[in-house]
Amino acid sequence: MSINAGIDVIVSDVVEVNSLIKRFHFKRADGQQLPAFSGGAHVVIEMEDGEQRRRTPYSLMSSPFDTTDYQVSIRRDDEGRGGSLYMHREVTTGMAMKISYPANLFPLDLRARRHLLIAGGIGITPFLAQTDQLNRLSADLELHYGVRSPELGAYLPELNASLGHRLHTYYSDEKQFIDYDELLTRQPVGTHLYVCGPSPMIDATLNSARSLGWPEAHIHFEHFAKSPPGEPFVIELANSGLSVEVGREQSMLEAIEAAGVDAPYLCRGGACGQCETKVLEYDGELLHEDHWLEDDEKARGQKIMPCVSRFRGKRLVLER
Amino acid sequence: MMSTTQYASFKSRPLYGTLSPVSATAHLVVAEGEGSEAVKTLVASASAEFLDNATLIYAKGSGPEDATDAMQALGFKRFHTSATATASLPRLNAALDRLRMGTQIYLTGNESALSLFVKACADAGQDYQGLQTEHHGSLARRMQCVHCKGITENVTTQPAECAHCGLLLLVRDHYSRRIGAFQGVNINAEDPADVPAKEEMF
Ligand code: FES
Repeated sequence: MSINAGIDVIVSDVVEVNSLIKRFHFKRADGQQLPAFSGGAHVVIEMEDGEQRRRTPYSLMSSPFDTTDYQVSIRRDDEGRGGSLYMHREVTTGMAMKISYPANLFPLDLRARRHLLIAGGIGITPFLAQTDQLNRLSADLELHYGVRSPELGAYLPELNASLGHRLHTYYSDEKQFIDYDELLTRQPVGTHLYVCGPSPMIDATLNSARSLGWPEAHIHFEHFAKSPPGEPFVIELANSGLSVEVGREQSMLEAIEAAGVDAPYLCRGGACGQCETKVLEYDGELLHEDHWLEDDEKARGQKIMPCVSRFRGKRLVLER
Repeated sequence: MMSTTQYASFKSRPLYGTLSPVSATAHLVVAEGEGSEAVKTLVASASAEFLDNATLIYAKGSGPEDATDAMQALGFKRFHTSATATASLPRLNAALDRLRMGTQIYLTGNESALSLFVKACADAGQDYQGLQTEHHGSLARRMQCVHCKGITENVTTQPAECAHCGLLLLVRDHYSRRIGAFQGVNINAEDPADVPAKEEMF
C-alpha cells in the first residue's frame, strides 16, 4: 500500500464563484461521511492530467461541522504549472477523483482570547472554515480581508452575513490597504494572529507583528509555495537506483512518484517538512522554494524539499 | 525566553530563565517575595524609557523580607502592591485586560507564585512561550489532588496531604500548565494504614 493513502470521492458540484474562482464539492464515493477536520485543514487533490499525475494542496473552506461534503475554492492561475487550469477546465460534476485525508498545518489556537484573521485574495478559504468554527464557539474574532475589488472578493456576502461588523474589507483597486502596525497595535493581550494570502502580505504582517514584539507562539501563517515551471533536469535516486527526468511543468516530487517511488509528503507546498530529502551529491544550483528549511540549511546544500524546489546544473543525487 | 534551570528536570517541568529587558510597546512586571531581586536587576539593565511604559505588581509574599519600599522607589509608571501572590491576581487580571499585544510580560517569584502568574496569563490567552520568567525563593509546589481536584499551595514534603480531601498524596514530577500545578496522586490507596514517612523535598 502507498504510504500516502487517500479517499475516493465524486465531484458532487462545481460552482463558478466569480470570473477567476471555481468551487468544487466532493462527496465520498461509498456514500459515507468524510473524515472530521478542523478549520485551517487542507486536502491534497490528485489530478490525472493526461500523462501527468499532479497532486496539489487546497484548504478546506466548508464547515468543519458538516462532513457530508468537502468544498475547496480554486483560483485559476494562468501562469502556474497547470493544476488550477486542469481543475477549471477538466473537472466536472460526477467525476471520480482521489483526495488525501485532511491535515491541518494552520490550526486555530483555541486558548486565545481573541482571533485576528488576515486574508488576501484566495487566501480567504481556510478562514471560511475557521470563522464557522469560531462562530459556533462564540469566540472573539475579527477578519480583515484584502482583495482587488468587490467583484473579485469571493464570499463577501456570506462573510457579511456571518460576521457583520467583524468583517473589514480592503479593495486595492480603490487604494484601500491594511495598516498592519495600526491594526496590530490595538489588539488586546491574548490575541492570536493568523494570516493567509500572497507572500508580500504574509511578510508585511509577520514583520509588523515581530517588530511590535508579538510572541512567535501567537503568530500563525499559511502559504503553500508552488513548484515553479522551469528547465527540465535529471535526478539520480541513490536508494532506488533510478534516474528520473523532471519535466518543465513537473515538480521533483511528481517525477519521483511517476517513476514508481513512494515518497513521503503532507502539504506539497513547502510548509510541513514531510518530504525533506537528503542531497548526496550535486554539481549545480539547488533552487529552494520552500518555507521549511532555514536559510543556513539551504546554503549548506545537504537537504531539499522536492515538493516545490528545483535544480539547475549537471548532476543531482538524492537519497531516495 | 525560558532557559535552562539548575533543578532536577523532567519533561513537563517548567523552566525558568533570567529576566532581561526587550524592546516592546509596554512592559508588565509581576513579582513575588524575593523576586524583587530580579526586578532590580531588570530595571538596572533597562534603558531610561523602560519605566515610562511599565507596570509593576509586587506581592510581598510569605517570606520575612518586605521589598515594597525598594520596589516603589524604582519608579515604575504604575505600581501596585499586594500581600500575597494570590491577592495580586485581580490586579494582574486587570492589567492583562487593559494591555495590548506587544506588551512584554516578566514574571518572578517562588514556584507557587510563578505557577499562579503563568496560569493567569494563559487564561488571558497569552502563551507561556512568550513570557519571561525568573525563579527566586522557595521551590515549594502548587499541587492539584487528582482525586478531589483541590489545589494545595506551598507543598514542601513528599508525600503531602491534600488540604481539601485529606488523602495522602505522592507529589508527582508531572506539571500541568493548564492548571498551573503539579499532580498529586494517593500514595496508599490499597492500605490507608500504610503511611510512609514524610520528607522535606521541595
Ligand atoms: S510535502 Fe510538505 S514540505 Fe514538501
